[in-house]
Amino acid sequence: MRAPLSWLREYADLPAGVTGRELAARLIDAGLEVETVERAGDDVRGPLVVGEVLAIEELTGFKKPIRYCQVDVGKANGTGEPQNIVCGATNFAVGDRIVAILPGGSLPGGFEIGARKTYGKVSEGMICSVSELGIGEDHDGILVLPGAPEPGTDAIELLGLRDDVLDIAVTPDRGYCLSIRGVAREAATAYGVAFRDPADVEVPTGEGEGPGVAIADPSACDRIVLREVRGLDPSARAPMWMRVRLHRAGMRSVSLAVDVANYLMLELGQPLHTFDGNKVSGPITVRRAEPGEKLETLDHVERKLHPEDVLIADTTGPLSLAGTMGGLATEIGDASTSTVIEAAHFDEIGVAKMARRHKLHSEASYRFERGVDRELAHRAAYRAAALLAELGGAEIVPGVSSAEAPVAPVAITIPADHPDRVAGVAYGRDTVVRRLEQVGCTVAGDATLTVTPPSWRPDLTDPNDLAEEVIRLEGYENIPSRAPRPAAGHGLTGAQRLRRRVGRALAGAGYVETINFPFAAEKDWDALQLPAEDPRRRALRLANPLSEDEPLLRTTLLPGLLKALARNTGRGFADVALFERGVVFRPDGPVASAPRLPVDRGPSADEIASLDAALPDQPERVAAVLAGGREPSGWWGAGRPATWADAIEAARTVAREAGVELRVEADRHEPWHPGRCAALYAGDVLVGHAGELHPRTIKAYGLPARSCAMELELRALGEPAAPRAPHVSTYPVATQDVALIVAEDVPAATVEAALRDGAGELLESVRLFDVYTGEQAGPGRRSLAYTLRFRAPDRTLTAEESGAARDAAVAAAAERTGAVLRGA
Amino acid sequence: MSAPNKSFDPVEVAALSAESLDAARADALAAIEAAADLDALKQVRLAHAGDRSPLALANREIGALPPAARAEAGKRIGAARGAVAQALKARQAELEEERDRRVLAEEAVDVTLPWDRAPRGGRHPLTTLQERMVDVFVSMGFEVAEGPEVEAEWFNFDALNFPPDHPARSMQDTFFVESEETGLVLRTHTSPMQIRSLLSRELPVYVVGPGRTFRTDELDATHSPVFHQLEGLAVDEGLTMADLRGGIDAFVAGMFGPGLVTRMRPSFFPFTEPSAEVDMQCFVCRGASAEPGGAPCRTCSSEGWIELGGCGMVNPRVLVACGIDPDRYSGWAFGLGVERTLMFRHGVEDMHDMVEGDVRFTLPFGMEI
Repeated sequence: MRAPLSWLREYADLPAGVTGRELAARLIDAGLEVETVERAGDDVRGPLVVGEVLAIEELTGFKKPIRYCQVDVGKANGTGEPQNIVCGATNFAVGDRIVAILPGGSLPGGFEIGARKTYGKVSEGMICSVSELGIGEDHDGILVLPGAPEPGTDAIELLGLRDDVLDIAVTPDRGYCLSIRGVAREAATAYGVAFRDPADVEVPTGEGEGPGVAIADPSACDRIVLREVRGLDPSARAPMWMRVRLHRAGMRSVSLAVDVANYLMLELGQPLHTFDGNKVSGPITVRRAEPGEKLETLDHVERKLHPEDVLIADTTGPLSLAGTMGGLATEIGDASTSTVIEAAHFDEIGVAKMARRHKLHSEASYRFERGVDRELAHRAAYRAAALLAELGGAEIVPGVSSAEAPVAPVAITIPADHPDRVAGVAYGRDTVVRRLEQVGCTVAGDATLTVTPPSWRPDLTDPNDLAEEVIRLEGYENIPSRAPRPAAGHGLTGAQRLRRRVGRALAGAGYVETINFPFAAEKDWDALQLPAEDPRRRALRLANPLSEDEPLLRTTLLPGLLKALARNTGRGFADVALFERGVVFRPDGPVASAPRLPVDRGPSADEIASLDAALPDQPERVAAVLAGGREPSGWWGAGRPATWADAIEAARTVAREAGVELRVEADRHEPWHPGRCAALYAGDVLVGHAGELHPRTIKAYGLPARSCAMELELRALGEPAAPRAPHVSTYPVATQDVALIVAEDVPAATVEAALRDGAGELLESVRLFDVYTGEQAGPGRRSLAYTLRFRAPDRTLTAEESGAARDAAVAAAAERTGAVLRGA
Repeated sequence: MSAPNKSFDPVEVAALSAESLDAARADALAAIEAAADLDALKQVRLAHAGDRSPLALANREIGALPPAARAEAGKRIGAARGAVAQALKARQAELEEERDRRVLAEEAVDVTLPWDRAPRGGRHPLTTLQERMVDVFVSMGFEVAEGPEVEAEWFNFDALNFPPDHPARSMQDTFFVESEETGLVLRTHTSPMQIRSLLSRELPVYVVGPGRTFRTDELDATHSPVFHQLEGLAVDEGLTMADLRGGIDAFVAGMFGPGLVTRMRPSFFPFTEPSAEVDMQCFVCRGASAEPGGAPCRTCSSEGWIELGGCGMVNPRVLVACGIDPDRYSGWAFGLGVERTLMFRHGVEDMHDMVEGDVRFTLPFGMEI
């Protein structure tokens, strides 16, 4: 809502010196979000005056018509002599009153005017258009003033070229502030000065010869008023003051009928619609649309109507979408001799739904959605008729057509100290009553107040709404501060602490965290080489994605991470390791609709379960990707490339934070290289995969060769158990090295597991220290060399004991994997 | 070597004579002094303090003396050997120090050689900032709430007093999942966690809910379709706007330091009534930049104030929707944008930096913020 200060002053007796900025500060304190204060015309400098065109000489020989004019500017030029001004417009004649700026003046935007030679003449100033004056958009050349103002009159004052305009972002609860009336009321309250209600007009009553009106569906509309005027001069334009105000408020001047409707909507907050009375047949009805009905609206769109659409209709069919947009067929034209003015009070939700359904958000629908004062319809309709009569020579057809449905009065009962208890401030009953009355409420009662909100505040429905009115007018700045005193909390949960540890561990291991958008596309699944039946292809689709390129919700963290990886390498960073922790979205079947539970009571456990059942599974995952060198080469020697093993180690790093030592098995799982992919298990639970990426995935995302990745599901790791302290034996260690020759396809993890199982309780650790393939191992075989460390908790082991344990370990490996002790 | 011999006059044992002992001692000390390095000293030690050294040999002759003479001879020889041993020790220490000085000097390296061998990692500042803010609330006794990102509309809107078709719903440009009819959305704010907390926890409830939220805003320098919020919720008996203000003041003090003034401006949110926008005094200039003649402040654009977030008293309708008696319980809620906070607290200028995953942006933030 753009509210010019001069317009507000008409209805609020603000102190003379108050500026737009000062008013804005007060209004902000009262709860209006004033976003900007535009100081329109602040840079305008005179002499800028009314001139009378005395003579026009048409200059020839130029590409366009040029006029050399003698203009009477009164005493404004100091001499009283006519001013000679060159002008490129032709829409004026001798005797017209125009606005001229003389040398030394300055137009909006800091445009300085001097006497200058042009088209072979000296132009002593300029004749102005509305656009140059900052009060409108040009349609037809320079501004020709209506009437006959005295030449030399200061045009800055005359036209209101200087004004402060407050731009207010009106919150949905304050529909009444979508009007000068509402803002002026708040301004008057803020300064404690008198307010005059622009809706306060005497409305003549009585049925007349109007078209007649009925409400067919009282749930759509509870009041409609029609007034008719005849004989409107089609050439009449809105007066300058009205056009300037419309412009300041951000609306264009169109025609007198439209301008008057818009002007009153801005001033009062009541949307008005005008029909060509000659095109309306018979009585008018407010009703819902019937099947198959259509309407071509003013924007030249033919709309198929929905059975819930609320229409203004006559005997021939729909005339307009109620409170939203008029129909083209009944638009006022130049030849219209009869104008029917409609003012109504439509249901907020009905209009909201219709506007959304037809994607038709108009100034009218915007106001109806936010609540219009039901008591305005008669007054606004009459004021419109009166203005058309005054400004357009129309004749008001006596009487009014109106219909209404009964509305239950709203009264709210609150304890008189309710605002005190909400604010934590002792206002006292008198203050509460005074403030509520200031808002426009009628208040009765003593310890318990019965409050009837004013018709323009349909948002006031609850006790806390009334409390807010009192508290905001008393000032939020007067609310004290009381330190919080919650019950003792239990700190973070285990899962919450784990989340932090995982982040720290990976960052400590050299990975950089990223937070990627969770959007994906089919082509990501293709890039990841996912088979047709892969569950990761079952992704939720957004109904209204920002980009059709990424309409899906991710089912894996990898696409986002791989794109971030490519972005980094593309920016010249060859060695990159990234990680992300976040949820993925895994619908396990067709999407079920979530029920709409009531809100007038708490839901039952079953109802909550029914909501949660409609949600997709949203497991939390951690993934890491890496490319290039894990260690760079340098003066110390060669570096080390990032490999599949680093990816697995990243997964182990995560799992260890959950107290889990991962078990690794070879697997084939997209998007990993089929020969370099590890399945990761916590016990028997598959938690994720790691390894080198498939070359086709690497190509699809434009990654460096041999890029690697891991992804695992955090909750699959389980809740970490509190570790038990180990017994630390101080007896000496007995170390035994064994080299085992096994078939090449025997996984090292299997050999190690066999050694562990065979070695028994004395085994402290197993470590693979060498892998050898070659002649001495034999074809198709390799040698795995392990260090076994044995230690007893209570004694020094003898050579026989550690030897026996080693032999048992080797025997187990031999039995399970066919391992042969090298050199044996 | 002489065996014990009783046939000679003890004073006649030449090796034990005062003169020869003094000479042996003098020889030894001179040799020690002359030893140029540790190897030479080793030789000197063998020659003058070893088993075959003159003093050692002389010592063996003591047995040849009559018992009455042994004590004095022993004393004399002991003194001589003691002096030699001490000289050896001193010289040894001297030479070792000399050697160390030389060798360690030879082993010197250029410690300014760069070492970027271990990869450096870091956590995203949005993560660590959320943790930091959560910790402030947790230190007040709050617990951390959670909730899903794909959320039922009932949690995201209805229960928070956004009636269907109310314009407040269209204030939050919503991503709908699958269609507008499924009742599933990407949560537009963290407030559904309020509902989940009130339904699942025992009263009183004091929780803080951080999380990722979604709105259909195109990504630009100050907007992102995916962003983070954090909100605190308190529902207890007798809570007032004074408690709301106190909670916010405590949070501001915990995050930005003590003594910063906050202010509330009336506003509107469906789930709070009364509602307010809350500003804090700029933590850098503390309002000075907005005073006449104040030095300009980049953090608050010389406004003196920084917009912090939205807050209000939990709308009793929300309590009703959660099955809580609004006549007995009241509550307050306060929420803010994590991205915006990161921008003004750490001078991040462009939203793109927070979403692109460029390591240059994230690394300087380290492990905590």
